[in-house]
Amino acid sequence: MSNDDPIVTSRRRALRCLAFGGAGTLFTLAGGVLTPMDLVLAGTDRKSVAAAGVPLFVQISDTHIGFNKEANPDVPGTVRQTIELVNAMPVSPALILHTGDITHLSRPEEFDTAAQLLSQLRVTELHTTPGEHDVADATVTEYFNRYGQASDRRGYYSFDHQGVHFISLINVLNFKANGLGALGQPQLEWMEADLKGRSASTPIVVFAHMPLWTIYEPWGWGTADADQAMGYLRRFGSVTVLNGHIHQIVQKVEGNITFHTARSSAYPQPIAGDGPGPGPLTVAHDQLPKMLGVSSVTVLRHPNSLAVTDSTLA
Amino acid sequence: MSAIRTSIDHMTPGVRRRAIVAALIAGALLGLSSGGANPAAEPAAAPSTADSSIAIRNFMFEPMSLVVAAGTKVTWKNFDGEPHTIHSIDDAFRSGALDQNDTFSFQFDKPGTYRYVCSIHPQMVATIVVK
Repeated sequence: MSNDDPIVTSRRRALRCLAFGGAGTLFTLAGGVLTPMDLVLAGTDRKSVAAAGVPLFVQISDTHIGFNKEANPDVPGTVRQTIELVNAMPVSPALILHTGDITHLSRPEEFDTAAQLLSQLRVTELHTTPGEHDVADATVTEYFNRYGQASDRRGYYSFDHQGVHFISLINVLNFKANGLGALGQPQLEWMEADLKGRSASTPIVVFAHMPLWTIYEPWGWGTADADQAMGYLRRFGSVTVLNGHIHQIVQKVEGNITFHTARSSAYPQPIAGDGPGPGPLTVAHDQLPKMLGVSSVTVLRHPNSLAVTDSTLA
Repeated sequence: MSAIRTSIDHMTPGVRRRAIVAALIAGALLGLSSGGANPAAEPAAAPSTADSSIAIRNFMFEPMSLVVAAGTKVTWKNFDGEPHTIHSIDDAFRSGALDQNDTFSFQFDKPGTYRYVCSIHPQMVATIVVK
């Protein structure tokens, strides 16, 4: 868990939120959960900051099983620590979402190790979306042989849990010339149909591997046709868009849509544009656990929205 | 056409570097190459054509543009700690993930222009022209 002082963390978070989200919502650390609160309410009633939420799911990402270089020679070990962190949560979330790069090289033995490790999670359901490292085998079959059932091997699917509608998208197969990921027309049409007729009050969680907003185009940190997908989501009151890929936390709020990229459990990556490309970032051994982690999401009934919390391994 | 992937490269880095330089020269002197004088030639190479090599370094294909004669075998080698792939836009050839020091070879029998990317980092784009 974070070893920051909670109040300091809270203040920092609040400032960060205000910086990108505009006034109106405050992210407060309450009982280990970042809760979005009305600014005025938060300012006048500190007790209500400890809002009761329902633990909904945990997001883990970029486990990169098979990676063994200097940036983290023990990737299975840090996955185990991540799993222990999740298993130690006071109330177990029902779901876990893995936002891709389960493996490093798409090799069968890497998928086998990952499955063995992930099976130790005390969570009933595991939902996945592939990263580009999971579909790097010449035949693009290893991932779909193992996790393709939910999507009929298409890579995109949806499901409901506790009144929340989840949409898993794939944006690592069809690349545009500028290097950004892409969803492609068939997937966009499916998504539009999937959302049609749903009440605008349904909380929506969308998860994919690459960011569904452009963070840094020269490194392909974005999805070329994500705007079309966001168009289908704007009428909903609470939308949480999650991804991995960049091995660091970046957040953005746009209307009712909250974008959040998760940390990796394997190794950090440089901030955008620092160095020749988005490769592993080697840090001092004792600093590594502070740069790895998981995100957990809590559903709040009043208001009906979701809150994202990030935890590091140290 | 054939695709071969080897996980061990038998050349030392120094030899390899000279081989790449030689391959680049061979590419530049296309049509004049005799094959026999090229140290990059590997045992299984077609006798009439000099082989070519492409290095993958710092998230770039070196060279990014290569012209070869039909029948040339091109070998890519990844020098980065980050894996890369070789994936032609029209699916004519596709490697698996190449870890550091892994190689991938493809013999270009059919003339044409082949654009390819690293499917892990698709901002890495390069071209091979086969004459």
